[in-house]
Amino acid sequence: MSPLLTVEDLRVTFPTRQGPSEVVRGVSFTLGRERLGIVGESGSGKSQTGRAILGLTPPPGRATAKILDFDGIDLRAARPATWRSLRGARMSMVMQDPKFSLNPVMTVGRQIVEAVKFGATGTRAEARDRALAMLEAVQIRDPERVFRAYPHELSGGMGQRAMIAMMLVTEPDLLIADEPTSALDVTVQVEVLRILDRLVAERGMGLIFISHDLRLVSSFCDRVLVMYAGRVVEELKASELKQAQHSYTRGLMNCLPQIEGGQRPLPTLERDAAWAK
Amino acid sequence: MSSLSRRDWLLSDQPASRRQARLGQAYRTWLSFRSNWLAMVGLAIVLALILVALFADVIAPYDPVLGGDLRTERFLPLFSEGHIFGTDDLARDIFSRIVHGSRLTLMVVVLVAVIATPIGLLVGTTSGYFGGWVDTVLMRLTDIFLAFPRLILALAFVAALGPGIENAIIAIAITSWPPYARLARAETLTIRDSDYINAARLQGASSARILWGHVTPLCLSSVVIRVTLDMAGIILTAAGLGFLGLGAQPPQPEWGAMIAAGRRFLIDQWWVATVPGIAIFIVSLGFNLLGDGLRDVLDPKARK
Amino acid sequence: MSDDTDGGGRTGALPRILWKVTKIAATVALTFLGLLVVTFLIGRVVPVDPVLAVIGDRAPKSVYDRVFIELGLDRPLYEQFWLYLQKVLSGDFGQSFLTKRDIADDIARVFPATLELATVAILIGTVLGVPMGVWAAVRQGRLADQVVRVLGLVGYSAPIFWLGLLGLLVFYARLHWVAGPGRVDIAYEYSITVKTGLLLLDSAMQGEWEAFGNVMSHIILPASLLGYFSMAYISRMTRSFMLNELAQEYVITARVKGVPEWRIIWVHALRNAAVPLVTVIALSYANLLEGSVLTETVFAWPGLGQYLTNSLQNADMNAVLGSTLLIGAIFVGLNLMSDLLYSLLDPRVRRQA
Repeated sequence: MSPLLTVEDLRVTFPTRQGPSEVVRGVSFTLGRERLGIVGESGSGKSQTGRAILGLTPPPGRATAKILDFDGIDLRAARPATWRSLRGARMSMVMQDPKFSLNPVMTVGRQIVEAVKFGATGTRAEARDRALAMLEAVQIRDPERVFRAYPHELSGGMGQRAMIAMMLVTEPDLLIADEPTSALDVTVQVEVLRILDRLVAERGMGLIFISHDLRLVSSFCDRVLVMYAGRVVEELKASELKQAQHSYTRGLMNCLPQIEGGQRPLPTLERDAAWAK
Repeated sequence: MSSLSRRDWLLSDQPASRRQARLGQAYRTWLSFRSNWLAMVGLAIVLALILVALFADVIAPYDPVLGGDLRTERFLPLFSEGHIFGTDDLARDIFSRIVHGSRLTLMVVVLVAVIATPIGLLVGTTSGYFGGWVDTVLMRLTDIFLAFPRLILALAFVAALGPGIENAIIAIAITSWPPYARLARAETLTIRDSDYINAARLQGASSARILWGHVTPLCLSSVVIRVTLDMAGIILTAAGLGFLGLGAQPPQPEWGAMIAAGRRFLIDQWWVATVPGIAIFIVSLGFNLLGDGLRDVLDPKARK
Repeated sequence: MSDDTDGGGRTGALPRILWKVTKIAATVALTFLGLLVVTFLIGRVVPVDPVLAVIGDRAPKSVYDRVFIELGLDRPLYEQFWLYLQKVLSGDFGQSFLTKRDIADDIARVFPATLELATVAILIGTVLGVPMGVWAAVRQGRLADQVVRVLGLVGYSAPIFWLGLLGLLVFYARLHWVAGPGRVDIAYEYSITVKTGLLLLDSAMQGEWEAFGNVMSHIILPASLLGYFSMAYISRMTRSFMLNELAQEYVITARVKGVPEWRIIWVHALRNAAVPLVTVIALSYANLLEGSVLTETVFAWPGLGQYLTNSLQNADMNAVLGSTLLIGAIFVGLNLMSDLLYSLLDPRVRRQA
């Protein structure tokens, strides 16, 4: 089976006063219907990699690649109309903080219905039903209330669930999750990740999980890319993380506290200030 | 020192002295200002205004108040011989009047700035530094002044003080300070509790000393930018008062009053009212461009 | 936003708004008191003797003394202020020296003309200014942005009375495209029965379409002129609000969802920018009152601005202070209204209040 996404030599550059600055410098990987983690510290280019795949490199930045292929479609030459038919319907993205990523003056319901409207076909009533069903699927107990609520009326965890619902309601083939739990309370993180995990597994989607949290990524993904300063320094199976060769990966590993005993699928997260560095 | 090495010295990443660092900073600001051609146009206009005002006696070919021959030299059109902007109803050379009028315009701008800026700074820094009821009282007062549209309040003051350019200046100054006070207060609030202010306080510096020595200099740059941005408005208000007959009185060559005088002949001798208007427009455009440019360079937060 | 007044998440929104209203009302009352103090004090320093203004300068000394006491001028300043306050609150601004009528009646007569002019102007300013600002923000740094910027700068720099004169010269005297000074030609003046005082509304309601056209032809030039100045301000502010909104993350979310760009700009971003924009529009409506003083003089528009200037030139202090007070009050009122609209438009403010 051909891969869902093929990326070869992806580069993202931003012009600055001191000349162009390359934040992603030749990233290559392929993705099937699997869960791929991208790890790196802040500024390593991991987020810009995710944005470039969706064609959302913020101007005046530019993304170039030798190959950027999504299910047989060459994304490099994609026109705005192609992008619109792909985004939402076939690829989508969950961002870090629902406080900023949800429109503050629109109700959550309207925002989800909008995703259905531009990502799929159907009547208004159908869109509403699908939105409510999706809110239920992300384990929101009172979907009707959340549907009518404004984003600021929801807690962080609730907001992120609504965000996941909005991004999965069109049943896309590829989901990019950019630090989806970093802005949430520790106690809520696990729950949100479980929901995401289950939905991705059920729908057989490809997932790119971007995080600075190596332990989280290794427990959640099948494969891990480690990025440093815009390059992929190491690619390995999540289960073989202990055999990492690159000193940066080892460095990242070494600053984690040792886990004793068997590795559960989603261990309780305790955060250490050093991880974020 | 060659110019290249001086430039290198100014732009050095490792300044050897405070003076070098400061000059380098100023030079960098200048470079970024210079790259904004609209701001440079503004600067050129303002400099030209100052030069014309300084050398008005040399530049103006005729007396601004005394007219020529009323039988032959009234209402000469634009580009007449010897009268590039023509003459008005009293056979006065419009060009000379415009040139001398620049002095009045410059005087209004400078005096209003000199009167209103200290008032605004004093009220704003005092209010922000002391807080509490001082703040409440002063800010309420500021709000009351802000509750009137500026021109209307200035009109009321001029009505009370009597028409004339001095009173117009006072009235405009009285109505201009509230925004500066607001701004200075906001700046003061952000620096009031910083460590070096506390240090000065611990050393036993008096409140007045802290206000004038430490707080005011820090508020100065943003207030000055704001004043520069307001100068166009000040010119327009002064011209408006002149137009209504409440500012400069005839025969003073104030541009607003000149428009009012030329208004009666608008249909047939249109240039009499048009030329002073162009002068006002160019000068206030100059101040607007300059203020915009200054804000872009000195206040990157407001760049958008 | 009538469709989202229900919903369990916002119980308690109403009491909060009421509390806010009370708080603002207290501030407004205080500000208004301040306005009165300022106008009162201005009235006291006038070189014009208020007694002579009433009796004329030929009256005998005995009459002068009687009126001096009647006007309360022998009492201490705070008592005089108290008297002034009582009068103003009962709607008594004194008599006009010029028209020999109550100031309140005079103002009621001239105010509709200004209101009509300012309203048409703000409509023009908003309808043009908002799209221009949005356009400039979307095309930031490109030609469209520069054009909007230059148009705005001209608006900020040109004296309004001068542009008015040029407008009259070109469009009225030379091209004959519009009617000249005044609100309506004398020929039509009696075909409209004045009810609201807003001639466009009156003539339309009475089906006098010819008169309506004439009124329109009179109002279009001054209103466009004032509208141009509001447009300059509104487009500039819209641009900066829109740039701010377009940089927000929810815009990326919308793009990820496949929402078309026009919808992102005009629905997502503008809906957010509208919250501060309301304040800007209310403020420029208030600023139009200021602009109207000069514009009405140029266009012989029989409104509050012209009334104020006439009174000023004739040292009719009662009339000056009455109009100043009214304009100040409208200013405060519009600020208040924009505050309230702000909390209605932004669901977040209800929580913070």
